[in-house]
Amino acid sequence: MPINYYIFLAVALFCVGVAGVLTRRNAIIIFMCIELMLNAVNLLLVAFSKMHHHALGASVPTAGIDGQLFVFFIMVVAAAEVSVGLAVIVMMYRNTHSIDVNFLNRLKH
Amino acid sequence: MTQLVWLVPVLPLVGFLINGLFRKSLPKSLVGIIGSGTVLISFILSVVIFGDVRHEGFQPTVVDLWDFISVDKLHISLAFQVDQLSALFLLIITGVGFLIHLYSTSYMHEEEGPHYARFFSYLNLFVFSMLVLVLGANFLILFIGWEGVGLCSYLLIGYWFKNLDYGYAARKAFIMNRIGDVGFLIAIFMMIAKFGSVDFAEVFGKAGSVSTGVITAITLLLFVGATGKSAQIPLYTWLPDAMAGPTPVSALIHAATMVTAGIYMIARSHVLYDLAPVTMNVVAVIGAATAFLAATIALKQNDIKKVLAYSTVSQLGYMFLGLGVGAYDGAVFHVMTHAFFKALLFLGAGSVIHAMGGEQDMRKMGGLKKWMPATHITFLIACLAISGIPPFSGFFSKDEILAAAYGKNPIYYVVGVFTAFLTAFYMFRLYATTFLGGFRGTHEQEHHLHESPAAITIPLWVLAILAAVAGFLGIPAVFAPNAHWLGAYLSPVLGENAHGIELEKGTEGMLMVVSVVLAVIGVVAAWARFAKKPELGEPTGFGKFLANKWYVDELYNAVVVRPLDLLAQFLTFFDKHIIDGIVNGVGRLVQYGSRQLRLLQSGLVGGYVLLMVIGILVLFLVELFTKH
Amino acid sequence: MVAVLLVLIPLVTGLAGFFFKSEGLAKGWALLSSLATLVVVLIGLGMARDSAALHFDCAWLPELGSRFSVALDGLSLILTLLTAIVFPLIFISTWRDKYSKPWNFYALMLLSQAGLLGVFVATDALLFYFFWELALIPVYFLASQWGGERRIQATFKFFVYTFVGSLLMLIGIIWIYSHTPDHSFSIKSFYAMHNKISGKDQTWIFWLMFLAFAIKMPIWPLHTWQPDAYEQAPTAVTMVLSAVMVKMGVFGLIRWLAPVVPVGFWAWGDTVSTCCIIGMIYASLVAIKQDDLKRLVAYSSIAHMGLMALAVFATDANGMQGVMIQMFNHGINILGMWIVVDLIERQFGTRKISELGGLASKAPGLAILLMIVALANIALPLTNGFVGEFLLFSGVFSSAATHYNVVFTCVALLSVILAAVYTLNMIGKVFFGNTNALTSRGVDIKFNEKVVLAAIVVIIVFVGVYPKPVLELTKETADFLLTSMNYKP
Repeated sequence: MPINYYIFLAVALFCVGVAGVLTRRNAIIIFMCIELMLNAVNLLLVAFSKMHHHALGASVPTAGIDGQLFVFFIMVVAAAEVSVGLAVIVMMYRNTHSIDVNFLNRLKH
Repeated sequence: MTQLVWLVPVLPLVGFLINGLFRKSLPKSLVGIIGSGTVLISFILSVVIFGDVRHEGFQPTVVDLWDFISVDKLHISLAFQVDQLSALFLLIITGVGFLIHLYSTSYMHEEEGPHYARFFSYLNLFVFSMLVLVLGANFLILFIGWEGVGLCSYLLIGYWFKNLDYGYAARKAFIMNRIGDVGFLIAIFMMIAKFGSVDFAEVFGKAGSVSTGVITAITLLLFVGATGKSAQIPLYTWLPDAMAGPTPVSALIHAATMVTAGIYMIARSHVLYDLAPVTMNVVAVIGAATAFLAATIALKQNDIKKVLAYSTVSQLGYMFLGLGVGAYDGAVFHVMTHAFFKALLFLGAGSVIHAMGGEQDMRKMGGLKKWMPATHITFLIACLAISGIPPFSGFFSKDEILAAAYGKNPIYYVVGVFTAFLTAFYMFRLYATTFLGGFRGTHEQEHHLHESPAAITIPLWVLAILAAVAGFLGIPAVFAPNAHWLGAYLSPVLGENAHGIELEKGTEGMLMVVSVVLAVIGVVAAWARFAKKPELGEPTGFGKFLANKWYVDELYNAVVVRPLDLLAQFLTFFDKHIIDGIVNGVGRLVQYGSRQLRLLQSGLVGGYVLLMVIGILVLFLVELFTKH
Repeated sequence: MVAVLLVLIPLVTGLAGFFFKSEGLAKGWALLSSLATLVVVLIGLGMARDSAALHFDCAWLPELGSRFSVALDGLSLILTLLTAIVFPLIFISTWRDKYSKPWNFYALMLLSQAGLLGVFVATDALLFYFFWELALIPVYFLASQWGGERRIQATFKFFVYTFVGSLLMLIGIIWIYSHTPDHSFSIKSFYAMHNKISGKDQTWIFWLMFLAFAIKMPIWPLHTWQPDAYEQAPTAVTMVLSAVMVKMGVFGLIRWLAPVVPVGFWAWGDTVSTCCIIGMIYASLVAIKQDDLKRLVAYSSIAHMGLMALAVFATDANGMQGVMIQMFNHGINILGMWIVVDLIERQFGTRKISELGGLASKAPGLAILLMIVALANIALPLTNGFVGEFLLFSGVFSSAATHYNVVFTCVALLSVILAAVYTLNMIGKVFFGNTNALTSRGVDIKFNEKVVLAAIVVIIVFVGVYPKPVLELTKETADFLLTSMNYKP
């Protein structure tokens, strides 16, 4: 299967994520969109690492493993980020009784 | 003795310093003694120097004091030159100067102490500057004196500084002189550029080596300076206004000495003028025109000093006419005789004004000969002299100029002789309305009338004698060959051809008769008209035009002063709103721009993200399109 | 050593001055320090020109190729002399002016003196730039702290305006520095570049650096900061600004620009000269219409500085010597004018010409001294101004650098007439006539002011009658400048 399919899928996912971040004001949905973007990147990383070392084949079993490793790393960080982010959202909800991010501009005052 | 010539100007300078610095503590009598005494000593020194100079074969001596400006190839030293011309002027300046100082001790006696001392210190400063002017051995030193006398003239015209009009007149005099001085300065720069020097000797020596165009330019520019200082068209209007100063000042500065500086300067640089026929014509035309114009204005003036002022302008015009037709010694001769009779006229007028309690309007005088015999007689002598009645001095000098003018171009002669007629007329109009008839002033003034004290009448008598006999220093060849003592005396400086074009003896005699007859007609006409019925009516028609001085002041105001004023006003506006506006505008633009940019920092996360995305997209696009 | 002392004395005493928390002490300290500086300059004047004591050189920023090198030549000497004369005179004449926190005021004054002196003695471009800014910054604080009503605006404008110029100059300096073969800021390396920079680059350098100097002088149309700043700054600061600081512009021009980019200089001479002449006439005309004494003097200063710049571009021996002597003269004369303005303002609380009048009968001493200063200002013979302006104009007239020398001279000379107009108008309106309600309570000048003005008058007359010592002082520098400016590729 050519790499293009992976790329197109990843780009599509990423764009959906960007569009979501830009258009939605609900903090949780924005969060989910960010996750979507992260996963699009993850997908690309996995695909690239697999395809890049395709030529080496089975002779080097560990080839391309660093790309996969990075994905795990990103997942872990993303999980941590989600926990912090959700905590922020919860605090925000407590303060403003809303999770509309536009309320956040009040922070500048 | 000539080596000590620097003492002559230094003495009045010392007088200036003493009177100026200690004006509050010195008693008036001492101020007068210091003021007049220093000038008297200068006069004695001048006489001694003159004694040296008058010997046959005297060589001009240059006394070098110190390097004044010495830069690169230009070396100008502070040097004085003693020769026949400067020695003669020394005598006139210090002699007449001393008499006027003496006169002032009495005339200004009512001034308060410090002001009295101020007056004398200014007068001394003037004498100093004037002496520097005539002694300077190069054009720069001459220019120093030239501007110095202008300054003193400014100070003395505005001597009564509480009167703003006087201050205005002083300013006008200074600024008009400045306009002329700029011409003079350019001439000096030109000499530096072309000759590399401003020394008389060097400049005159090299004069033949440059083109006529350059010489013409230099001489014309020098003449511009002379029109300012010597009150010629177009820069003459300051002189009548300068009568705001005390009368001795008018006599000394605005009649006898300073205003003749232009004539001195041109006579001094006659070598250059001889090489520039165009300039000579310009000088002659301007001189003749000024003589005529000022004489017509003098016909209708009612202020005794204004008449004399315009008469001075007119006589100066004569001198320039003389210079323009090449009669350098005639012009210098007239400077001398004019110094005597015009100083006498002014001092006589001062004596009259003094007696009248400050009144200057001739319409309120009349019959003064009864109360003021000495003033009357001396004044009459002066009037006869200026009118050119033989054997008084004015006759000789004026006719020498007129004869030369005829030789050059008869039109000059016609203008000159007609002006002479006008001169006789207005002078006797002045004389008759002032001294003849009945008194027309107030009763109080009449009660106050008196002859002036000796300090005033002695100078009058001395000047009267000089005005009567000085003409015999230059007896024309018609009467006796080789009797022109002055011409012979000045010939080492002014050259052998300083008389202008020589005429046939018969022609010269005829011309002389014509001018004398016209002068006599003028005298008689004025006497007949004003002695019986001295009331001066309101001028009408052309007379009004003359009484308003041909509206020249108004013309200058409309053509020069007003437009400059408007321009200045516009530029002030321009500076404040356009140039400064642009500067402030740049500042405001920056502030405005940052105020607009600030709005981007809205605090809306979505906005930031959008900008980020747009930025990324732009970068992508740039990358995409620039790579290929 | 003398050169270093010149900078060190005001710098150290200035920094120390912040700690004298008493008015009298601070004043006395400042006067003492400025007198000490004057003594040092006089010692320097007495030394032979090639004496080693007039030079100093040590490592400063070796990584950058910049050394702390200072030296005194004729040009530096005359300007340091001016600075050293001006400061004590300022302190004495403004002795009666009151300031809040005077110690800060006097300390800042001394710091700015250090900067000014540094500018005049520096022979290293980076050092020059350093002092250039050092002189500016104290003045900014002085004017914005102790100035008039609109001081913030005026000072801000002044600061930003001159600072923009300084930055452009810095770019120019760095450009030249980066092109020197030995990567050095020293003046010798800079001078050696005059034939190594291409014509086009010279144009760039010329304009970058010239703008800084033109703003400082100022040359029309970059002058509008000046009347505002002069008007709003306290008079003591205005004196520093106009007597010394504007000379930095001319000094920079002839020390750091003309010999380095002669080709750019020649190429743009006519353009700049035209601006100078427009500025002279323009400023003189505007001066006629000013009602505020300070603004009047400010515009007159613009006209005079324009003439100096004009003569620099004329590249003539007479003109160059004239520039140097006139910088000194102008500093002295304008100081005299400011002293009179300060006096009038302190006495009557106004600087408006229209509100004054008749002062001559109340203050004859003041009137006489002002008259002499004013006459020097309009260049009457036997005053210092005449010697300067005579040489300047004669230089412009004989200039070989332009084809329009005659036109330039004739038009520029109009400003001489206009100068007489506005100066005499001012004297007439302020001093002559009758006193009014305001001026009738005027009194004559006090002893300290009399001393200062008398000193100024003595300098005016001395230089006017016997200018030889000053002209000889600057002769060598002028010769050197002309040789380097006359370089043609």
